[in-house]
Amino acid sequence: MSGWIDWHAYLVLILVGFLPNEIWRMLGVVLVRGLDEGSEVLVWVRAVATAVLAGVVAQLIFFPAGALAVMPMGLRVGAALCGFAAFLLVRRSVLAGVAVGEAVLLAGAVLLVP
Amino acid sequence: MSTPLQSNPPQPATRAFLSGIMAAWTSVFALVLAGSYVGIGALAHEFGFSVGWMVASTLLVWAAPAQVILVSTLGAGAALIEVALAITLSAVRLLPMVMALLPLLRTERTRQRELILPAHFTAISMWVESLRLLPQVPRENRIAWCNGIGAGFMGVACAASAAGYYLAGGLPLPLAAMLLFLTPMSFLVSVVRNSRLVVDRLAFGLGFVVGPLLTWGKVDLALMWTGLIGGSAAYAASRLYSARKRRPP
Repeated sequence: MSGWIDWHAYLVLILVGFLPNEIWRMLGVVLVRGLDEGSEVLVWVRAVATAVLAGVVAQLIFFPAGALAVMPMGLRVGAALCGFAAFLLVRRSVLAGVAVGEAVLLAGAVLLVP
Repeated sequence: MSTPLQSNPPQPATRAFLSGIMAAWTSVFALVLAGSYVGIGALAHEFGFSVGWMVASTLLVWAAPAQVILVSTLGAGAALIEVALAITLSAVRLLPMVMALLPLLRTERTRQRELILPAHFTAISMWVESLRLLPQVPRENRIAWCNGIGAGFMGVACAASAAGYYLAGGLPLPLAAMLLFLTPMSFLVSVVRNSRLVVDRLAFGLGFVVGPLLTWGKVDLALMWTGLIGGSAAYAASRLYSARKRRPP
């Protein structure tokens, strides 16, 4: 890449990557100004944030991209369920959940996907 | 442990910053971020970006889903305005996350500009771990601690983006799928672990059901509606439930 193209790529990164993303964080800094830690609005705001996160997780499992999309739907859901069960059984350990979910996905990928 | 933990006495800011970094590096999310960003680094290589650009995007954007969109749409030659729109829609979730986190960091003497850096560091991994661990951090130390955990996670992600960039092409399919599965699997269990209140558990369950339904029905701004519908319904339900409980029969 020539120097000019490189410079151009960084400008694009700032204009269409950094700014449209960062604006929501900075809006949060402004909007939260007068809000008290224990206020009811924040309980609702946290519920909204949690529901969005759940939506992100579900989308990544049900409508994935790239290599994960090659895996059958049943395998993705099954791996997530096994990981979740392991998390509940092993003292609510995140590591146990992730390790078991990944192991099931790997086993399925090796056995089921040619 | 259902009772709130006793806060420890305050430390010097540098110590708090370092213990934030240690919290990041001993968190399971360090592994998750490393895996996810190896995947994104490999993607950036495939689409012909430079390694410096990839690391800069991690420092500036600091949101894995937005970076996947950025690399794949720019790389495919999409119009800049379209890319900016896709990024900003994926980033709406950062607003409620920042608003839920910052009140935990403030004291009466905190200046507004001290909150800018913790807000920039806010991403799912940092948010989940901060909400879990902050009750044990003295209030005076929380901004420094959050900057520490944010910098710790970001350092791991930058190193992994660069590593993935040079590993690109050599990843077998099952391994590539495993890297992409790290994000949903770890968020699923860690958000559930963090949800101690009924309202948070309800919000998670509702979001998990409403999100895919809206996406499947091709509703515009599916994630934003998921948050507003799932979060508001959960909030209303928990308010009704506690009002019922308070009223004598």
